[in-house]
Amino acid sequence: MSEPLLALTGVSHGFGSLDVLREVSFEVRRGEFLAVVGPSGCGKTTLLNLCSGWIAPSAGKVVRSGRLRMVFQQDGLFPWLTVGENVRLGLRHVGDPAARETRAEALLRLVSLESFGAHYPHQLSGGMRQRVELVRALGGETDLLLMDEPFSSLDYLARLRMRAELARLLREQPRTVVLVTHDIEEAAQLADRVLLLSDRPGRVRDEVSLDLPRPREATHPGVVAAVHRILTELGLETER
Amino acid sequence: MSRRVPILAITAPAALVAAWAGLASLGLFPPSLFPHPAAVARGLVEEAASGRLLNDAVASLFRVGCGFLLAAGLGVPAGLALGQSVRVREAFLPLVNFFRSLSPLAWIPFAILWLGIGDPPAIFLIFMASFFPIVLATSAAVAGIPSVYFRVARDLGLQGAALLREVTLPAVAPQVITALRVSAGLAWLVVVAAEMIAGRDGLGFAIWDARNGLRSDLLVSTMIVIGCIGIALDRVLVGLQRVPSVGWGYER
Repeated sequence: MSEPLLALTGVSHGFGSLDVLREVSFEVRRGEFLAVVGPSGCGKTTLLNLCSGWIAPSAGKVVRSGRLRMVFQQDGLFPWLTVGENVRLGLRHVGDPAARETRAEALLRLVSLESFGAHYPHQLSGGMRQRVELVRALGGETDLLLMDEPFSSLDYLARLRMRAELARLLREQPRTVVLVTHDIEEAAQLADRVLLLSDRPGRVRDEVSLDLPRPREATHPGVVAAVHRILTELGLETER
Repeated sequence: MSRRVPILAITAPAALVAAWAGLASLGLFPPSLFPHPAAVARGLVEEAASGRLLNDAVASLFRVGCGFLLAAGLGVPAGLALGQSVRVREAFLPLVNFFRSLSPLAWIPFAILWLGIGDPPAIFLIFMASFFPIVLATSAAVAGIPSVYFRVARDLGLQGAALLREVTLPAVAPQVITALRVSAGLAWLVVVAAEMIAGRDGLGFAIWDARNGLRSDLLVSTMIVIGCIGIALDRVLVGLQRVPSVGWGYER
């Protein structure tokens, strides 16, 4: 077992009198893809904000090693920069301008947007913007990627395409990922492990491991079985 | 969008001038109260030829330039400071709103008592007219920047001056440019009033001078020049909105 990149121990969080998360503990190992699913309002985004260190927990401990980048559900691209400039800004750590340029082009090619470098984000579709956002985050060469419902604003087909795209990108550029989503199928298709949160205050209600190689299709029997298990746990399907 | 718009844009003013000429030709009013457009045109040529018109326009533009640049140069940083912190806003926003609501013309007596006649009181009044709206709009724009931009900036390691340059300023640029347009319009209104009372030259003084000399033709020709320069000033600032990196703010 490799060392955990991220470990939460007995983490609780509240805003004023509102209890959002209660006693959440889990670890994420290097190279692992963890998905967190749960009903809306159960504290998924709060959990991610705790993971990233944007907020500090009311109780418990969050231990992180290495650097991280976050991919947001709404437009996190800077609208005043072109697509190319956004990606290059994500490569600030690359000192040599020529190397940065080459790397930015390679990243855009990775998502087939090499001809859109001079466009502004508002000139792109939602799916294209989300792809740029993904490669900007990937450009950071960080150990950990935190994704907050990155595809929730896309239509169903675009979401399916983005899942495949993300799985392919991760095969080419492996990362440790924590994905927060309300889309159970998305979680089951992409993740090695799915944590199911309860209603607020969110607790870890169930954990489903998927011992299947990635990338996989949405209709892979293992994926379907995991979806069934999660839906059963939620009381939306019955034992077969 | 290219060739037809100027024709349309000229039609309405041309119709207005035609109606004006028709009414003036009827001779219902004495020319000293209702000058004929031809007389106004002659007055305009006369003033332009004597160099007085250019002199007055330059004097007014100089005052507006100084007052407005001073207001923008101090107002934008003040707005950035105010926008950063809720507590600073709580402390200063009522004051900013007070001075913004106070007509700059109310300062005219003090402007003359403190600064005399000429450029300084006019520049002071223009500053008082444009500084507070710029502060208010800038601070509101900063306070309204979506937090996601700052979170991304943190992930990218942007801090301090780099954060200001790469995120805060470009994020507020569209709203600040709009505020500058509005304030420049205010400044141009105020300079005319200021020069009427505390001036020895300038377009406002030209209005006052024409009134004292009962030259209603010059009165109108100066009014036309003032209006046209106002439009030109606005066009210059509208040009800023076409800069690609702020275009996103005027979409949708």
